[in-house]
Amino acid sequence: MTIQFNDETFRDDYSFYNSDWAIKRFPFPFHEDSYMYAVNMEQHRGGPEGSVYEKRFDVDEHYVSEMRDRAMVLADDPLRCQSLPHMTLAGWDLLELIMVSKSEDYPDLFELHRDGNQWRWVNKPLGIDDTFTFLDETTLPYGPMEYITRQTQGDFCVLDQRDDMLWMDAGMVTTQADWSLDFDIGMNFFEWHAPVPLAHEKGIFKRALKFLLNIQQGAPARRLNWTMTVNPLLDTSPENYHIWGIQKTTLTPENIGSKQHLRVELQTFFRLPRSNALVFPIRCYLCSFQDLMTMPKWGRRLHRVVRDLPVELATYKGFIDNRPMMLDYLSQFDDGLPTSPGVWPDQETEPPLQK
Amino acid sequence: MSKFQFPESIKSRPVYGTLEPRPGKAHLFVADAEGAEAILDLAAASPDLMAGAHIIYIPKGTDFTEKLRDLNPAQFYEGPTYAASVQRLRHVLENAHQGLQVYLTGTEGLMGQAQNEAMQAGIPHTAIQTEHRGSVARRMQCVHCKGITEDVITDPFVCAHCGLNLFVRDHYSRRLAAYQGVCIDAEDPGNVPEPVELYK
Ligand code: HEM
Repeated sequence: MTIQFNDETFRDDYSFYNSDWAIKRFPFPFHEDSYMYAVNMEQHRGGPEGSVYEKRFDVDEHYVSEMRDRAMVLADDPLRCQSLPHMTLAGWDLLELIMVSKSEDYPDLFELHRDGNQWRWVNKPLGIDDTFTFLDETTLPYGPMEYITRQTQGDFCVLDQRDDMLWMDAGMVTTQADWSLDFDIGMNFFEWHAPVPLAHEKGIFKRALKFLLNIQQGAPARRLNWTMTVNPLLDTSPENYHIWGIQKTTLTPENIGSKQHLRVELQTFFRLPRSNALVFPIRCYLCSFQDLMTMPKWGRRLHRVVRDLPVELATYKGFIDNRPMMLDYLSQFDDGLPTSPGVWPDQETEPPLQK
Repeated sequence: MSKFQFPESIKSRPVYGTLEPRPGKAHLFVADAEGAEAILDLAAASPDLMAGAHIIYIPKGTDFTEKLRDLNPAQFYEGPTYAASVQRLRHVLENAHQGLQVYLTGTEGLMGQAQNEAMQAGIPHTAIQTEHRGSVARRMQCVHCKGITEDVITDPFVCAHCGLNLFVRDHYSRRLAAYQGVCIDAEDPGNVPEPVELYK
């Protein structure tokens, strides 16, 4: 299908919205009625047609507006994009991976023409047509990682692999769930995950690291993570928390359906060929509670998950104070009926709300 | 006693040991305040070390200098501040021969910053030891304005640069040699709890 790109904002007047198409394909993260951290990883080899899992790098109706928002974040704070000196080759690897994937997966939107190291990249939605020399930084307006991630939705961490460990040595991070690249850069896998509750004790990070170290080129993996955000604010950074934090207190029983968003990250893992680095794209999808409630199964399930979530997780994810109001709202959409297994909305088979 | 047992913490928080004599021709000590006591203890156990020792010491208002001098280290330097001493430290590290042993002791801020210098100079981490002594004050980075506030002893505290009220996290960056400070009253402006001394 051809994508109609929304003209929308993720700040100030928050004109962001999801079309019916976007709601239907929203990556609802709960495959059952409860949630706990787990090593929830699977192969990233496509998925149902039209789903966010189908392509290597999903492009959707928010693409153009998200890239505009990223440019604004970077203009305000260039430290959101950093690459330690030894990571430039990995940046080229990433540029290649994205250009090849997008031009193959979306030939109507992106074109890549290669003649040896002379490359021409056409990005129609953003109106870009650039010719450059692959592996020659002087021929691009930014470093290779910054160049391509200014044109790709989602945050990117580029991890150097050495001493059987992953190191966060480069990244483009403007749509993060409240963590700072500038603070975390140079840390190893256990260090940057240090603030996460319960998961270290469960051995989750040890097992996850082992899995990641063994990811092979051409065999990417993926997982989902989620949190809650008041207003469709992409840039929930710690840097600006003193400015946006207050928005969490603006929820009321009247506006919660439209203001409260479930924030889901589709996280993928790709091995890069020349540098042997691992790239970790973190793609953020937002959906308001009221839009989620149009899927009866999701309504029933979200209520149960939020209700039963351990206090440690609700605190870490930053919505412990708003949980009671969320539950008042969500309980209206839970009639106690059982839900079908799996994340899909199952619109045809799940009964409408019996309330 | 200048030793403090830090409570268990998260994985980014550094852990410190006890300085031990290591074989080697050259021994570089970087210490502030009560860190002097760790050097005195080490020298009492292995007096031979001092013939190859270079001590860089920042007293921070304490009076251990004479005792350290009496150890007769090969070189002794007293600096008024860490910032004033860092050029000398870099010079020593850059001109170090293989096998240099590095001993860092005193406050967390001093050890963290000197450790960074040593790593950047290519000293293998196996040749660097740390021992915490004295103040449990922390070197804090404000995540909002990025300014560093030295010697923070209460939680919350006021950022020395932007003036926000920050709470003290255990999340620690070795690259910055600092803990992270985050606005405490963002969701309830003006509601700042009374500062409490760290670990109290
Ligand atoms: C190498 C790729 C990865 C990177 C760069 C990464 C990065 C991060 C970061 C920066 C955070 C926020 C920590 C904070 O509070 O400051 C986080 C949270 C977390 N990560 Fe990862 N991560 C990676 C892979 C994984 C994997 C494979 C797992 C699998 C179990 C995982 C599980 C988690 C969990 C459970 C959280 C807490 C999220 C929440 O409750 O909202 N991470 N990760």
